[in-house]
Amino acid sequence: MYVRRTMVAAAALLAFGASSAIAQDRTTINWWHAMGGANGERIDAIAKAFNDSQDNYEVVALNRGTYAETMNASIAAFRAKEQPHIVQVFEVGTLTMMSAEGAIKPVFELMAENGKDFAPSSFLAAVTGYYTNDEGQMLSFPFNSSTPVLYYNKDVFRAAGLDPDTPPKTWPEVGQMMTQVVESGAANCGLTTAWPSWVQLENFSARHDQAFADKGNGFGGLDTQLTLNGPAQVKHIQALADWQSNGVFKYGGRRNVSAPLFTGGECAMFTESSAGLGGVRANASFDFGVAQLPYWPEVISEPKNTIIGGASLWVLEGHSDAEYAGVADFFEFLSSSGVQAAWHQASGYLPITPAAFTVSQISGYYGRNPGADVSIFQMLSGEPSGNSKGLRLGSFVQIRDVIEEELEAVFAGDKTAQEGLDAAAERGNDLLRRFESANK
Amino acid sequence: MDRRVTFNHRFLPYFLLAPQVAVTLVFFVWPAGQALFQSTLIEDPFGLSSEFVFLDNFAFVLSDPLYVDSIIVTAIFSVSVAAVALLVALFLAAKADSVISGKLIYRTLLVWPYAVAPAIAGVLFLFMFSPRVGVLSSALTALGVDWNYLLNGNQAMMLVIGASAWKQISYNFLFFLAGMQAMPRSLLEAAAIDGAGPTRRFWTITFPLLMPITFFLLVINMIFAFFETFGVIEAVTQGGPAGATNILVYKVFRDGFVGLDFGSSAAQSVILMAIVISLTVLQFRYVEKKVTY
Repeated sequence: MYVRRTMVAAAALLAFGASSAIAQDRTTINWWHAMGGANGERIDAIAKAFNDSQDNYEVVALNRGTYAETMNASIAAFRAKEQPHIVQVFEVGTLTMMSAEGAIKPVFELMAENGKDFAPSSFLAAVTGYYTNDEGQMLSFPFNSSTPVLYYNKDVFRAAGLDPDTPPKTWPEVGQMMTQVVESGAANCGLTTAWPSWVQLENFSARHDQAFADKGNGFGGLDTQLTLNGPAQVKHIQALADWQSNGVFKYGGRRNVSAPLFTGGECAMFTESSAGLGGVRANASFDFGVAQLPYWPEVISEPKNTIIGGASLWVLEGHSDAEYAGVADFFEFLSSSGVQAAWHQASGYLPITPAAFTVSQISGYYGRNPGADVSIFQMLSGEPSGNSKGLRLGSFVQIRDVIEEELEAVFAGDKTAQEGLDAAAERGNDLLRRFESANK
Repeated sequence: MDRRVTFNHRFLPYFLLAPQVAVTLVFFVWPAGQALFQSTLIEDPFGLSSEFVFLDNFAFVLSDPLYVDSIIVTAIFSVSVAAVALLVALFLAAKADSVISGKLIYRTLLVWPYAVAPAIAGVLFLFMFSPRVGVLSSALTALGVDWNYLLNGNQAMMLVIGASAWKQISYNFLFFLAGMQAMPRSLLEAAAIDGAGPTRRFWTITFPLLMPITFFLLVINMIFAFFETFGVIEAVTQGGPAGATNILVYKVFRDGFVGLDFGSSAAQSVILMAIVISLTVLQFRYVEKKVTY
């Protein structure tokens, strides 16, 4: 225990400088997260603000690498009984955490035990849906959520003779505008995408009210089967593949490595996370706009909300009541609209409480930052259906790998969209069965 | 009368061997045993529940047709990495050995890349060959090559082979150069007097004398290509496009450390271990017979 304290204190020293070496008589709360760069600095600032606001607890925020590395490190730490109190887990790891009964302390329970008011209704419904159990109780604390939107290059639109203030609403319009952009020579590519599976299949399905998997996208049980090879999805992926072979769409790789294609001015449009706004703002040397994710009017006349990506905070078992009291205090602090609004504005993640949205509206943030509220309206558009509540699938990290492999085969012209998505569903189902057998 | 110095202590040999045995046990035998044990379990990531499934994990892995594809990809990748790294290193060593002035500079520069971690090597190649911003990719495009390794599997494969081999060349170079410098000059001079040109001297004298080193390097390079290259793959292609560079060890890493499926990952590493052990045995049984020390 002493050694651990010392190590934590040493880490705190490294992270915050000598000023917070007073950790001795405070209870330490370890928070492992995956935020690097500017967002990592924001997290340090949040921890510092909490530490300065009271004398009992010291929140020590530590970056543990990528999302996958952070989750891995926490699991390894749990197995070695050295787990942190709070860990940030990405949304595809949600079911793994939920299934780990005995390793996690549900957040609703933690808050109730410590007499904190914690109503799911104070968060956006589309966000809480992801992290609640069947009884509607919150198992984790929503932290950073984002949703994909369409970024477009207004300078290129002008050069192509398009109205820079009328971004495309539908995919057929995207098709026409891409062609016009390329044919006019305003840019040599019309569209590229980040996060291919998340944007073009997962969010596509939610927006078009199509099931991505049966049993309510996996919310209804582990025996779910993928249905991502439905006619609407096949039509969309085939359209992208056709545009790829015409040269108006350019596949730019997995994750968001395609970002330079847009920010460098090569592609006129870019589907990317709303949390990518900061990056686009920093790297684009042109006038850009943000629009909602397009839809196919022949599939749905009024598109549904999109679903979230990002991460939530999980509390791990095995700590003392006094420490949990500190975690509860910290979560109460995190929920406050001031902290939420500041985090939303600095990071580009969604304001996950309506109060944070209101604070940002009143402060005139959206007036100064056009496009920053597009994602929120998109999240609130339409009446949410069972297909737009979110996804709850096991082995989802590998399933995404499988989907993106198959998409690459389709975009390279080696498979048709139907063949690729059929193969993705079949291979993904094997992984789902495997998760089911490991979590009986 | 026996004048040899003998140590009568019965336990001394064991004592002297102990550190090496301990290292082997802790760092090789124990993890390998763990992998074997884990490969028979299906377990949730936190280790809260685990079930003994005997060989089910192996059945799951081997029944996947893509796993067979991955074996083929690995074979192409490993043979190419070893071949490229050995041939280029041999060429460079022969050239560096015959250089008269500035020897030290050439040698130092050629050894440097070995200090670069595979993941960093991958990132370097990624920057040079990135379709949008890469220096060398613009050169390739200028030459009329349709360079896009994000969708072209063969280009992706060449890129990861290049990045992996580049790093290993330095290591091979050191051994080849040392071997050449230890070679008796009189042999080469005698051959030169007999009228053998540089090429002939290389193939009839230098190369045969380098055989033991070449054999050693072949084994080491194959093991490197099989086990230590996932950093390059992770940095450059993540196994894509469409599985074109999904080598076995990367799949082990991905399924175990990212997908948290420890059972399947352990089964894959056991299979990988078996493949590499049998390859090494084969090399020692058949290739080594052709080596004269």
